[in-house]
Amino acid sequence: MTGQNIVIVGVGGQGVVLASNLLAEAALASGCDVKKTDTLGMAQRGGSVVSHLRYGRSVASPLIPEGGADILIAFEKLEAARWAHFIKPDGTVIVNDLALPPLSVTLGADTYPSDTEIAAMIRRYTPGLNVVNGTATAEGLGNAKMVNTVLLGYAARFIDIDSRLLLSTIEAALPVKLRKANVSAFEAGQKLSPLTV
Amino acid sequence: MERLLLSGNEAIALGAAHAGLRVAAAYPGTPSTEILEAIARFPDVYTEWSSNEAVAVEVALGASYTGVRALASMKHVGLNVAADAFMAAATTGVRGGLVIVSADDPGIHSSQNEQDTRNYARLGKVPCLEPSDSQEAYDFSRAAFQLSEDFDTPVLLRPTTRVCHSKSVVTTAEGLTLDRKPEFRHEPGKLVMLPGAARGRVPKINERLSKLTGYAETSSLNQVIEGSPKLGIITSGISYQYAREVFPGASFLKLGLTYPLPPNLVREFARRVDTLLVIEELDGFIELHLKALGITVTGKEIFPRSGEFSPDVIREAAAKAGFIEGSSTKCLPIGGLAKRPPLLCPGCPHSGVFFTLSSLGHRSALPGKNPRPPKLTICGDIGCYTLGAFAPLSALDTCGCMGAGISQAAGMAKAGLDEKPIAVIGDSTFMHSGINGLLNAVYNQARICVLILDNGTTAMTGHQGHPGSGVSSAGQPAARVVIEDLVRGAGVKNPAVVDAFDLKAVRTALRQAMTSSELEVVIVRGDCPTLTRKRGTPMQHDIHKCDDCGACLLIGCSAIKRNADGDITIDSGVCVGEYCTLCEQVCPKGAISSGIEVTP
Ligand code: SF4
Ligand code: SF4
Repeated sequence: MTGQNIVIVGVGGQGVVLASNLLAEAALASGCDVKKTDTLGMAQRGGSVVSHLRYGRSVASPLIPEGGADILIAFEKLEAARWAHFIKPDGTVIVNDLALPPLSVTLGADTYPSDTEIAAMIRRYTPGLNVVNGTATAEGLGNAKMVNTVLLGYAARFIDIDSRLLLSTIEAALPVKLRKANVSAFEAGQKLSPLTV
Repeated sequence: MERLLLSGNEAIALGAAHAGLRVAAAYPGTPSTEILEAIARFPDVYTEWSSNEAVAVEVALGASYTGVRALASMKHVGLNVAADAFMAAATTGVRGGLVIVSADDPGIHSSQNEQDTRNYARLGKVPCLEPSDSQEAYDFSRAAFQLSEDFDTPVLLRPTTRVCHSKSVVTTAEGLTLDRKPEFRHEPGKLVMLPGAARGRVPKINERLSKLTGYAETSSLNQVIEGSPKLGIITSGISYQYAREVFPGASFLKLGLTYPLPPNLVREFARRVDTLLVIEELDGFIELHLKALGITVTGKEIFPRSGEFSPDVIREAAAKAGFIEGSSTKCLPIGGLAKRPPLLCPGCPHSGVFFTLSSLGHRSALPGKNPRPPKLTICGDIGCYTLGAFAPLSALDTCGCMGAGISQAAGMAKAGLDEKPIAVIGDSTFMHSGINGLLNAVYNQARICVLILDNGTTAMTGHQGHPGSGVSSAGQPAARVVIEDLVRGAGVKNPAVVDAFDLKAVRTALRQAMTSSELEVVIVRGDCPTLTRKRGTPMQHDIHKCDDCGACLLIGCSAIKRNADGDITIDSGVCVGEYCTLCEQVCPKGAISSGIEVTP
């Protein structure tokens, strides 16, 4: 394993930090050096959240350089565009098909880009764009909060940590009563195919 | 020996606990908060949320005087509050090891200013340690206690936001068990700083500094990492991690102890390299010392003097100055995207009072309407409620430092401002230092309105207790100071107490307070919803009754949105329903209510 740089982004309250913590624990368990850091802006009340995770033989900076991420996982579409400049030219972007318009958009002061605009913005940096039905899949399984696990399940095919190790780390971190549902969510994510945009 | 993935803050806590820590005191402040939270999990250590940082340092110093190991933690601006206590500790020295953690925030992720704590180390002539990852946070935290006892000095530990909040791998060592019985020994020459005794401490402090300088020459806290002799880099803290990524082949002198500096070590390092760079966040602190030693270095003329560093920042600056090849593949972010500032939470008890201030003060306009010139002068303070400054509420005019709002308002009144100024302060900030401003305003008869927004906790930093909350640092029930009684005790005649979710009552109390000829205090009380986690039946919105006036949007509640068709909707996943009802009270058309039949 050569190690990877993974950026996870979203909106405060979506579980971005938890997802990157779980990946970090899995990387630690696989014997890597690991560094991760979260930027929450002023606390995390509905603001933009970015998490940087790096693992490999030896890691210096916890921050990933711009254009240095192998994988970008976005829990929300506008945030995917906002942080797209972190992805490598041959990197993979995974975008949850969910729009959470900021208040300025609701009040009519800003506009929210369309799906095709967002796709074009991301493709300026890499052709490797995957838009997936994460929230819808989690809702279908009975709990929108599991979007976390669904997205990690989908991302597993690009992450060079053994998927079984990833899944067992997620299981170990959850309270017993949530385990079964999250295993299903992870497996549903593994089976997802990207939407065409 | 365990291999753990810890944040810098957790590592500082574990290192301190493994050094035999007995007493820890703190006031919460990002990025330092989690240090005390993590220590509070060790049952053998006494922990407390002190009412402010000066108090925290005094508590820790008192404990140290009895011979046990003690720690006080805070953020950089907290050290300003504690500066007097810090200098007192620097003067008397210690008995048991005393570590003062002051976490800096380069880049101002969540602070009101940017300042470099290392300057306080020089002011107090005390050692300053700078960890660069969680392993060092653990190791330095342990080492700091020993250093403190060996040199009879408090030790400043200076992590930065990126170290505090990053996780990296920590290999732990055997924890110490110190069997120390706390006892106080009478020694006025050391501890009673009357001028005669204080004068006697001065030569001791200077002697301490020169001994520390000698120690720094050979201490393992400072490390030389051999590389190419062409480029040498002197650096500290997180900057080391960034620099070794940008200059993998260079030689490094990594300073873990940045005050006092070891002159021979740096001279010797400088002599061995062709070019010498100093890479440090914020002030040119190391650089200044090197220049004072007559060493030629390149530092702040090419690297920024402010803001947070990253590999990108260092690479760009070094490329511009010709130290490395410029990277042509610069990845520019997409411009013009809608920003996403943080907001008050759905069901926040501060929303109603800010909405009222905003409407009384013409602070925001309905969509399509032109804003009028704003009225009212509203002095803000530090806490969640500072978010009331963002649109659509736009309800604050000042925000300086902890506890400043009440005194600023008093100053404005005394300056002769026609209208009655309003000060808005949270309960925790009021206990921290707002009470001082109130005492002063009462005594000097300042004609102001003070709104104390009491949500029962220190919400901004994650729900820590304070003297008015009734909860201890370990989450246990504690004695509770009742704010209205305290305010009465301070000499305020009839403080009003209103329910934060009753908009009419809030408006009436505000109008009354604003027109009276005296100092008035209004306590606006309502629980923080992210603490209580109470969830009611979500509000429902009837598009047939709604005339799209947009009034509900002006509350700034993130649960109220427009859907793809442009209709108002309420996010049932986040609305707290009957525990709030603000939108229901605001809507002139009765289009929002709980439990209505929504016409499909
Ligand atoms: S009742 Fe209205 S204002 Fe309160 S949380 Fe729900 S949607 Fe927001
Ligand atoms: S729900 Fe009420 S307040 Fe909101 S836009 Fe409609 S009519 Fe106006």
